[in-house]
Amino acid sequence: MEAPFDRGWSDGLPVIPPTEARVLRMLDGTSRDAQDIVAAVPPNLIEATVEQVAINAVMAGCKPEYFPIVLAAVEAACRDVFNLHGLLATTYFSGPVIIVNGPIGQRIGMNSDGNVFGQGNRANMTIGRALQLVTRNLGGGKPGEVDMAVQGSSSKVGLSFAEREYDSPFDSLATERGLDPDTDALTLFAGAGPIPIIDQISRTPESLARSFAAVLANLGHPKLIIGFDAMLVVSPEHGRVFADAGWDKARLRAELNELLTLDGDNLIRGAGGIAEGVPEGFAGTKLPKFRDGGLQIVHAGGNAGLFSSILGGWVGGATGSEPVTVPIGPWA
Amino acid sequence: MTTIVLDPTAGSVTDLVPRAKRLQSLDGAVVGLLDISKARGNVFLDRVTERLIEHGATVNRYRKPTFAKLAPLDLRQEIASQCDAVIEALAD
Repeated sequence: MEAPFDRGWSDGLPVIPPTEARVLRMLDGTSRDAQDIVAAVPPNLIEATVEQVAINAVMAGCKPEYFPIVLAAVEAACRDVFNLHGLLATTYFSGPVIIVNGPIGQRIGMNSDGNVFGQGNRANMTIGRALQLVTRNLGGGKPGEVDMAVQGSSSKVGLSFAEREYDSPFDSLATERGLDPDTDALTLFAGAGPIPIIDQISRTPESLARSFAAVLANLGHPKLIIGFDAMLVVSPEHGRVFADAGWDKARLRAELNELLTLDGDNLIRGAGGIAEGVPEGFAGTKLPKFRDGGLQIVHAGGNAGLFSSILGGWVGGATGSEPVTVPIGPWA
Repeated sequence: MTTIVLDPTAGSVTDLVPRAKRLQSLDGAVVGLLDISKARGNVFLDRVTERLIEHGATVNRYRKPTFAKLAPLDLRQEIASQCDAVIEALAD
């Protein structure tokens, strides 16, 4: 139990010793050859084999049926557009968040419902951790070395969950991002959180959207815009308000975009007695809180509770990290 | 009882790369300053430039397209081919 700590293989939690028998059982979770290359893992760009990923998945506590998700997550996270190296190295809070869509979530028992970001579900607790251990042990990314997070967050330990699709008022995240419904898929998002949104009074979509926008507008800082992405996680009780009024995701996003178009006069440096803000040249202009494509919307959570949340994103787009959506099937 | 476990690291992450040789003097040296593109980094680097010139160095200024990503390979090669030393710097 102590040997992995002594060798620097652990993230601080105990790991399952990766015996040959356990690794072989993990490899039963995929049809891929053990020596296939999955990806070059940052920061050291080490080419990771299926077997090496399996060793880390065992250590994280994964079951073999989770393994295709882990492999797909490693491949997706190592694409240049996701920028795992920068995400690991940043002083900011974010880490790779894995959102699973399709039947595989329910098939392996992932949690999309109550306490979705909390404890109690093996798949949710270990899939993200496996990606983190791959980054640590194969990529060489460790806190205090390449990882320079000033405070960090739970998504850096591992944050994975399934979207609650069976009664969602919205198209799933993977469907919206171009995959066929019922495709087993995952999306990698550079994020941290959750940041709570409380609204126990609103019963119209207009009012509830205003509550969402009010909290989203303050994400990071109420006077900073465009640079940082976000994922809005709508709970079932809030989602029902939109479903009952016939609002789909596009309608909600359009409303939020309008509400989150902000007056430059309130955002410039010095406004409100706050030095932080956008350059003075933006006075008199209207500015969006999020870049085009910088606000994702998903549905998750338990049956009761008029609370939703935000996973605060990192620098979005070509200058930072672009969300990546991939099918899981090729790794099954 | 002995338990044999497999190595999760591939044995490849402990390689040490030696540091570049330190300059003996700044006089006559070409020093690159790499701005990582954070706000006001230029203010800090302007002052560093002044001080380096006072010590007899020639200063080349470079800039990463974004602080959130590695410097592009072309830029790293350009700096390596043009400079005797480089200072990567930021200021918030």
